[in-house]
Amino acid sequence: MSFINYMAREINCKLVYYGPGLCGKTTNLQYIYERTNPEAKGKMISLATETERTLFFDFLPLSLGEIRGFKTRFHLYTVPGQVFYDASRKLILKGVDGVVFCADSQIERTEANLESVENLRTNLAEQGYSLDKLPYVVQYNKRDLPNVASVEELRQMINPTSVPDFEAVARTGVGVFDTLKAVAKLVLTELKKGGNG
Amino acid sequence: MVNPQMVMYEEEFNQIQTVVDRLVRDANAKVVFIVDKNGQLISAAGDIDNVDTTSLASLTAGNIAATGGMAKLLKENEFATQFHEGEKANIHIQLVGNRVILVVIFDSRSSLGLVRLRVKKASEELNHIFETLLKKVQEPGADSPFAEITDEDIDNLFND
Ligand SMILES: Nc1nc2c(ncn2[C@@H]2O[C@H](COP(=O)(O)OP(=O)(O)OP(=O)(O)O)[C@@H](O)[C@H]2O)c(=O)[nH]1
Ligand SMILES: [Mg+2]
Repeated sequence: MSFINYMAREINCKLVYYGPGLCGKTTNLQYIYERTNPEAKGKMISLATETERTLFFDFLPLSLGEIRGFKTRFHLYTVPGQVFYDASRKLILKGVDGVVFCADSQIERTEANLESVENLRTNLAEQGYSLDKLPYVVQYNKRDLPNVASVEELRQMINPTSVPDFEAVARTGVGVFDTLKAVAKLVLTELKKGGNG
Repeated sequence: MVNPQMVMYEEEFNQIQTVVDRLVRDANAKVVFIVDKNGQLISAAGDIDNVDTTSLASLTAGNIAATGGMAKLLKENEFATQFHEGEKANIHIQLVGNRVILVVIFDSRSSLGLVRLRVKKASEELNHIFETLLKKVQEPGADSPFAEITDEDIDNLFND
């Protein structure tokens, strides 16, 4: 649910990075944080375990610039990917405007990816959202590793509806901004269509 | 769409800001701010140059969401009030009309009793303002300023 503030002349949108444990959601945000000008970002908050697994969420506020005199601000969140944090994932999805599904390309993570997309669909549906109607993009991460599934295979499994998708190596930043821009664009396009109620 | 879009107009913004400004004074607070349940900061007053209100807003919403989740599991109504006592700073969190969250940060110059009293009055006023705002947003013809933007406008945002 975007928030249009006529007084501050700004529009705020919420983006959520979803995906199985260790797929690289937090790494995406860290890279974005590192590569963004200080004036365009706020502090990045990570509520994590001692072993740096996301416990509740990561949060990164970004300003992307102005459209027609309105500042566009995006609040980026990641969910905790580990299966047993499902209650927290549901909370983070509240009020979401756009979703990035971050898949782990490694063959041994195939099942985890599938479970996680299914979980995303279920958790959205529980709140009355449909994944098919929401601004949504897919990222195939960890393309640098040797034991990865082909993009075609991943596409068939994870992206049957052919939403925009990107290959990525979040650790070095490959594909990270392409993914972000794509989802941000879809969110703004949705607003343009008149998401006003 | 599931949620009605959150919109803030000048008139209501000013009314809200008046309540928040007054609450800082009446409660002897350091900082007062209002956040929606999704973590978007709506209004803030007091010594805001020395706190990261954006971060606080997101964490407050996360906190309310988490305790709301616990309440649900216990088949309890949402916990409307929370209080966290620190060595120097204290935080009082109040859910207003189940829509927005009113946060008061105060130190030893104030007291929990005073804060509670002032928050109660401010909550009633805020609830009223947000009700009016919600009605306004749901009126037909309350167009989004984004209805007129072009694909080019959106593309331009990403050309750097
Ligand atoms: N080789 C490689 N490693 C990556 C890549 N992206 C992330 N990693 C590593 O994968 C590990 C997990 O990354 P995180 O970003 O913490 O994963 P996450 O999805 O946030 O995990 P949870 O918080 O548990 O849900 C870290 O050691 C990262 O450095 C990548 O593209 N290639
Ligand atoms: Mg993480």
